[in-house]
Amino acid sequence: MTPTDTSDPSYFHKVVDCQWACPAHTPVPEYIRRIAAGDYDGAYLINWKSNVFPGILGRTCDRPCEPACRRGRVEEEPVAICRLKRVAADYKNGVAALMPRAPDQRNGKRVACIGAGPASLTVARDLSPLGYEVVVFDGDARAGGMMRSQIPKFRLPDSVIDEEVGYVMQTGVDFRGGRRVDSMRALLAEGYDAVFVGAGAPRGRDLDLPGRKEAAANIHIGIDWLSSVSFGHTTSIGKRVLVLGGGNTAMDCCRSSRRLGGSDVTVVVRSGFEEMKASPWEKEDAMHEGIPILNFHVPKEFLHENGRLVGMVFEKVRADHDEKGRRTLVSTGEPDVTLDCDDVLIAVGQENAFPWIEPDAGIAFDRWGLPVLDKTSFQSTLPNVFFGGDAAFGPKNIIWAVAHGHEAAISIDSYCQGVDVTKRPPPMTSLISQKMGIHEWAYDNAIAPDLRFKVPTLANEIALKDIRTEVELGFDPKLAFAEAQRCLNCDAQTVFSTPLCIECDACVDICPTDCITFTANGEESDLRQRLTAPSIHPDQAIYVSDTLKTGRIMAKDEDVCLHCGMCAERCPTGAWDMQKFYLEMSHAGQACRSRA
Amino acid sequence: MTYLAKPKFHHPALETNDLGFTHRDYEGAISTLCAGCGHDSISSAIMRACFELSLPPHRIAKLSGIGCSSKTPTYFLGQSHGFNSVHGRMPSVLTGANLANRDLIYLGVSGDGDSASIGFGQFAHAIRRAVNMTYIVENNGVYGLTKGQFSATSDKGSKSKKGVANPDSPIDLATIALQLGATFVARSFSGDKDQLVPLIKAALEHQGSAFIDCISPCIAFNNHDGSTKSFDYVRAHNAALNALDFLAGRAPITADYAEGTAQPVTLHDGSTIRLRKLAGDYDIHDRVAAIGHIHRLAEAGEIATGLIYLDEDAADMHQRLGTVTTPLNALQGADLVPGAAALEKINAGLR
Repeated sequence: MTPTDTSDPSYFHKVVDCQWACPAHTPVPEYIRRIAAGDYDGAYLINWKSNVFPGILGRTCDRPCEPACRRGRVEEEPVAICRLKRVAADYKNGVAALMPRAPDQRNGKRVACIGAGPASLTVARDLSPLGYEVVVFDGDARAGGMMRSQIPKFRLPDSVIDEEVGYVMQTGVDFRGGRRVDSMRALLAEGYDAVFVGAGAPRGRDLDLPGRKEAAANIHIGIDWLSSVSFGHTTSIGKRVLVLGGGNTAMDCCRSSRRLGGSDVTVVVRSGFEEMKASPWEKEDAMHEGIPILNFHVPKEFLHENGRLVGMVFEKVRADHDEKGRRTLVSTGEPDVTLDCDDVLIAVGQENAFPWIEPDAGIAFDRWGLPVLDKTSFQSTLPNVFFGGDAAFGPKNIIWAVAHGHEAAISIDSYCQGVDVTKRPPPMTSLISQKMGIHEWAYDNAIAPDLRFKVPTLANEIALKDIRTEVELGFDPKLAFAEAQRCLNCDAQTVFSTPLCIECDACVDICPTDCITFTANGEESDLRQRLTAPSIHPDQAIYVSDTLKTGRIMAKDEDVCLHCGMCAERCPTGAWDMQKFYLEMSHAGQACRSRA
Repeated sequence: MTYLAKPKFHHPALETNDLGFTHRDYEGAISTLCAGCGHDSISSAIMRACFELSLPPHRIAKLSGIGCSSKTPTYFLGQSHGFNSVHGRMPSVLTGANLANRDLIYLGVSGDGDSASIGFGQFAHAIRRAVNMTYIVENNGVYGLTKGQFSATSDKGSKSKKGVANPDSPIDLATIALQLGATFVARSFSGDKDQLVPLIKAALEHQGSAFIDCISPCIAFNNHDGSTKSFDYVRAHNAALNALDFLAGRAPITADYAEGTAQPVTLHDGSTIRLRKLAGDYDIHDRVAAIGHIHRLAEAGEIATGLIYLDEDAADMHQRLGTVTTPLNALQGADLVPGAAALEKINAGLR
């Protein structure tokens, strides 16, 4: 293998698995260390810069970082990254004064954002402080989009949304609530320099089954029902509720039902329990509230009597896999199952819908109804129109919407300044030695042996009484410290210097996870066979040195490195050093333009 | 060195041996030696050898004297018996322990000061008596604990860290062990585990006194230009006599070497050492020629490493003394006191 090029920012970035997995590339280990140090403001600001909504995401994020967490590869469970983010938001003290305000002078460029969800608000936050006049339109009276309308209040209180949306607004954003944009052509005619579409995926899928029309009064589309609950229009539901669907929306529907009078709530999914789209922790939370999940039940028919829904019929199926591994659901041949119910909530997916964009507006759509976009700039076929969030590539989640927003803001800024939008600014990185003494580092390299700590929650008796009572209490500072100590500091990189190495083997001998090998060079597939400990994750990089004095190379499997610094402490010549890699994504702005 | 204990987390796919242990189960306390010390590599090689042989840690006794090397038993085999003796007196304590309980596996760990100076006589007699043990000298040619004076194994002309040449003749423990009748003699280098681990395994399996002189560079006081025990010097002057693969049990010998280059040697327990010759027709069974060969190489400034001598049919101290197979410490009163009738018989025989 050729020696690893550590000057490529993506090499060490990939070693920080959580940050690499985060769509917005939040510097996770850095903010976790701040939390451990009690610097909640600092931790919050690192988050705020990267992901705009730390308090909201700390309660609701889909957490792509956690399955990636290295701790999960050396122990049972990853660090509770998401809930630590909430800790920063809960215990911060003085960030309001540090938030950007509206600039004194505008730059004369006007940007319209359609929809006031996470994608649009990110665009607004990135552009408004730069002097852009950003106008955000939304059909609802208050900004927040699906964060406000579809996430139940017992998971995400309004106060958290108000605060963080407020930080965006105080950068001088012109929010026009209650104004649904119903014609793209009309909006374009208003002469904006750029338009950002962050209107989400607003249409919930329906199930066209026998009895659907007749029993319509008690059959609800999940996302519409959730927003109706959020805005207080719906305050009750029948005692027996069936929720169809296995995603996170279904989990919100069933848990909301439990709080609105549903005493007998059941989730019914077509697929197996394991294949459900809902995050494992959301399934756990639902089951904890006494909601059973029936799998392998395909809905067949709504049963109704005198125009009133009385139950549903399901066919029992099993999953068969053909030789290509494709799954089909086939009937088990058992008799159909009838479940009695008073209400049904359908949460079987969302779709994009742009009825307000005229076909001749110049914006092309593909055959799935999604806009045709440049994959990195999010520019549509109409050069001054950009898309982001669920509106761009279909339903995802908040953190993806934020990441899209940042990228779109860069594109809009470039576009308005006459710069090529395909030129993307590189991230800012730094690599700084953490050595403070012979065996002293600027980070806490002692590994805490603790298992993941549970987030305290309200007891069900209290939590289920009121839909606006937040069920999770969050970590207290003591628990937060303990959980933060579980972080392995993967950004403290093991940096190897070939000319300093005397090949004494001290690092190989001390490494607790047998990451390091000194051996003859070879092709990657061959080298992976000859490591001290087997390489079990080929997607994890091998760090390869230049040729050493004996003709061998140093090969380090990054996979399960604990970043404990033992190799560097044992190294007599300083050939190993622990260096903190900090990567910050570029956001729109002058500094970013000058780097591109 | 490090102040922190080694984290308990280990690689999720660590192999286990016949006893279900991973190599990490053979660890001891964290080493307090200097960073990069060759001794730590030897500790690691010992752990690896014991792991690969599936030795039960509680059946091993590790004994040492005084010095950097003699501290190391604390850093490996934390579940084994251990005795840190008076300076240079490890061989007699080991001999006594072996006499009392012949069932344990004895590992003596010593240094050039402990074995070639203060304990030279002890070393000689333990080897001479064919005590069944593995005796490893972690040889760095310097008194590290007292900051770098020449030891008895420093080569004549080798320079100290300050640049002063050693005026005295060195003691070569490997040839002395040969002269004293050791039945397994090897020399290795802490920086070459591929050679060292199979040698330690073979030595542990050997029934008799097995001696390994292991050159172990002292990073702090003897790893500079002009030293003959530095990493660079040893790597540049390492004249390996052979390379060996240790095959535990009666594994079939698959010939993947050119004919005549691989020599299988079967040990007492049926294990096999497969020896790949690297130095012409060097014969590991010729004690006298071995002594000459090592001396000739040393004259040329080369260090002979590998398996130097092996007598696989050796008899150990217990066989020579004709002791009972039951360890002496396990003999009960009934075994030791035959009774009045037996005494009468003996007395009658003497009349």
